[in-house]
Amino acid sequence: MPTVYVNDQQIEFGVDERINCVQAAQRVDVEIPHYCWHPALSVVASCRMCLVEVGQKKPDGSVAMQPKLIPGCQTPVTDGMVIVSDSDKVKAAQQATLEYLLLNHPLDCPTCDQAGECYLQDYSYRYGRGYSRLAENKLLKPDKDYIGEQITLFTDRCIMCTRCVRFTREVSGTAELQVVGRGAREEIDIFPGQPCDNKLAGNVVDLCPVGALCSKDFLYKQRVWWLKTETSVCPNCSTGCSINVDQNDDRVYRLRPRGNPLAQGHFMCDEGRFGWKYLHSDSRLTTPEQRQGGKVVSRDWDVILPAVREALVAAGRDKKKGIAAVLSPWMTLEEAYLLASYLKSLSSNVSFALGPVRTVGEDDKYPKDVYGRPMEPVKFTIRAEKCPNCRGIEGVLRHFAGSVVPMGDVLGRAASGDFAAVYLVGGDPEGWITDAQAAALEKVDTVVVQDILPSPASARATFLLPGGSFAERDGTIVNHAGLAQEIHRAIRSPGEAKPDGRILWDLAGRRGLFNPASLRKEMGETIQGFGPLRIGKLGEYGVRLEM
Amino acid sequence: MPEFHPVLLARIDKPDSTSLAGYQADGGYAALKKALAMSADDVQKMVKDSGLRGRGGAGFSAGAKWSFLPKNHLGPIYLAVNADESEPGTFNNRILMEEDPHQLLEGIAITCHAIRSHTAYIYLRYEYGRSYRVLDAAIRECYASGILGKNILGTGFNLDVYLHRGAGAYICGEETGLIESLEGKRAWPRIKPPYPAIEGLFRRPTIVNNVETLCCVTHIIQRGVEWFKSIGVPPDPNNKRDVGSYGPKLYCISGHVNKPCCVELPLGVTARELIDTHGGGVWKGRKAKAVVPGGISMGFLSASELDTPLDFEGPGRAGCLGLGTAAVVVIDDHTSMVDVLYNCCRFMAHESCGQCTPCREGTDWSTRILDRIRHGKGRLEDIDLLLEVANSMGIIPGTTICGLADGAAWPVKNALTKFRGEFEEYIRAGRRSVKPADELMAAH
Repeated sequence: MPTVYVNDQQIEFGVDERINCVQAAQRVDVEIPHYCWHPALSVVASCRMCLVEVGQKKPDGSVAMQPKLIPGCQTPVTDGMVIVSDSDKVKAAQQATLEYLLLNHPLDCPTCDQAGECYLQDYSYRYGRGYSRLAENKLLKPDKDYIGEQITLFTDRCIMCTRCVRFTREVSGTAELQVVGRGAREEIDIFPGQPCDNKLAGNVVDLCPVGALCSKDFLYKQRVWWLKTETSVCPNCSTGCSINVDQNDDRVYRLRPRGNPLAQGHFMCDEGRFGWKYLHSDSRLTTPEQRQGGKVVSRDWDVILPAVREALVAAGRDKKKGIAAVLSPWMTLEEAYLLASYLKSLSSNVSFALGPVRTVGEDDKYPKDVYGRPMEPVKFTIRAEKCPNCRGIEGVLRHFAGSVVPMGDVLGRAASGDFAAVYLVGGDPEGWITDAQAAALEKVDTVVVQDILPSPASARATFLLPGGSFAERDGTIVNHAGLAQEIHRAIRSPGEAKPDGRILWDLAGRRGLFNPASLRKEMGETIQGFGPLRIGKLGEYGVRLEM
Repeated sequence: MPEFHPVLLARIDKPDSTSLAGYQADGGYAALKKALAMSADDVQKMVKDSGLRGRGGAGFSAGAKWSFLPKNHLGPIYLAVNADESEPGTFNNRILMEEDPHQLLEGIAITCHAIRSHTAYIYLRYEYGRSYRVLDAAIRECYASGILGKNILGTGFNLDVYLHRGAGAYICGEETGLIESLEGKRAWPRIKPPYPAIEGLFRRPTIVNNVETLCCVTHIIQRGVEWFKSIGVPPDPNNKRDVGSYGPKLYCISGHVNKPCCVELPLGVTARELIDTHGGGVWKGRKAKAVVPGGISMGFLSASELDTPLDFEGPGRAGCLGLGTAAVVVIDDHTSMVDVLYNCCRFMAHESCGQCTPCREGTDWSTRILDRIRHGKGRLEDIDLLLEVANSMGIIPGTTICGLADGAAWPVKNALTKFRGEFEEYIRAGRRSVKPADELMAAH
């Protein structure tokens, strides 16, 4: 196998693998600092932060070093290459580059959103000289809050890495951002009247290695070191972008994409990025409620769950009527599995349906050309299917019911009095049932609604169970391509609301605490196509199901 | 050495030097006919054998550059003519284009034949309005008489020449910056490799040659390799890297001389000879303090180094970056080197494209340090700081994508090492070149 040496550590890489010095060093946890290089963007090698010494190991074991420092990002590794990133020469270059980058930087870390996750701070601490020798006035550049609806630019913090410019040219294809001016006076800007408002625009904030591009939504809301991060998956479409949920004190402040080569790559769309505001909506369902004789009564969980169980058991004993359940594509596999297996245990006459799968338009593919038409190769897709787990729930339904039936069928049968009990799970913050559809529930004795927001169904619920949003639950969701990824609980649900998995675990009378890993193992053993879930922990990137 | 007669500039004083008829009356386009009768490889070999080195500044062998083109390429291959002459003090391409455009066009046609290109772009500096008009007329004449276009001179060789005007940026003279600009983009030099000969204009193999280089090609074909090698300086046997500096060269003499001019001489003439014999001596009876050997990015020769031969290797031996564009700028002994250096740095800071950090920030910072010194607020440690900035910004081999940073660093390094005493004295004595505002007010 071809081998490279990074600071005397040996790294083997594949014969067909094309990696640069920065990536090679990452494999042995050696950091070669860099700003402009990003794995998803073209190489410009302009920040000059990743300068390293490079040489070649000869067959006799001696090493011939090149006299010149070269950018590690621009240089693909070859067999026998020697990379030195900690020599005095390299350190001097790193110090010089950092001093240059900080020359006109305002050093306003105390009021900068990026402080705490800023590569200028981190690299200055690790590689910088500690002080600046600039005796002149700093160049002042104007802040630009007009860059985009969601984006503002603190121009004087910018280090001109051009990641944002390249993103809009290469990934979104919309090319709103550009460099204007020359030399030390150059700035990032938009074309007049053409703000950066494309559906992927929020990514430029993540790409910015310093505090220049900031999200207006997040601006001055939190210091980043107060934030606690949990890994999750964006629920807003079936692409299933891997994300980080940043929260403090049970309040989500932002979502950030988490790189996942099996899912979406490096980015996420603004629909997902800013589409979490309903988590903290005042209209969230927060108390379990029971309707008794036309009156709605708030109940404790340890009162309502036995009552629900009792009603469902009674319905299961009904010889004429059956039980129906609507499983939402916003549920996790575990929740769907718990509910379906529990209801199956109560009655042999259980009908299952898939909740409405909301679609909006067509799949939105990027990059776009100047006419807004998608170009090959597609680098990012915002899917028309606006729910996270359609494929996963379909898999569960096929296992328990043999086929996937739409919600309308079950509601139609409910209207004709086929069911003694109907268990409806919602979850779609945009709504999932109309008033007319919900009217079918009038004929059902026991209507259990488990949801996060009020709906026409919740207004008719015998039992209303307030569930958790994606940020409040643990479980597994399966994206359009059959990739199963774990979502994790980042915050507690508001009020009395409880993550759906816990509700269903308790309802099913399982012992102990809700345990998604054990449920995954169970599903992996029993449900066809879910075999890979047997490993329990799905890891950072998730596993692909054989669907 | 036999007496030298100008070749490249032989026709510039003739009344009809720019017309096709005048050029043909002097035997013009004979070299093209001769070249078209030869195979492309033979033309390439001739140019390679002549030892012609690029006149644009770097002095790289033209024949070697051509040979980097991929063999048996299906095309298209492009020739980009670098006429973005913007190194301060340089005006040799301008004279060639304004006074003898057909000489250049003939060189372009021969070169295109040699590199199997059928399209040439002349990237012309925006400020050269007259060059544009003259070249444009000359190209039209050539198309009209079958020297350009389809089936040139009945040989079946096709060639289109496009004249493109830049928008006024020094960096467009860097070959990959030029290519980006030709493609309609911001002239940010590209990272190399790939070199333009492999992937250049529109991602096709491209050769970028200077105007004067192409003019030399015409004469090499016409007069032969031996003629070309009889002019100039053979390689230094003690320096294995030296491949010799052959051929005639246009020297631009400007600055504090009595007679600024552009003269054609064999490579290897000394700076002193240029000043005294051709430039009419330093003006006002003064002495030369420093001489820029080839555009400001090459650095400075001090008064004691005036006997340095100005061939491709000579200035390097005197601590300069190289011969550059052979634009000799003379600085007299009444001029402060602080001001000279400030001017150099200001130019480079203005022209830095802003892509690489060291160049973008280093050029601007050194300008501002020097400006502070000129305002009488210098500190002795500024000299070492300037040197450190210069060293981190451009060490040959450099730390940036293109050579601009090296060119920006070199005059700083040269001035501060060769004239350090003057800088120290300037700072110690609290001198200032810029009068304070109240003094200016009082003068009114």
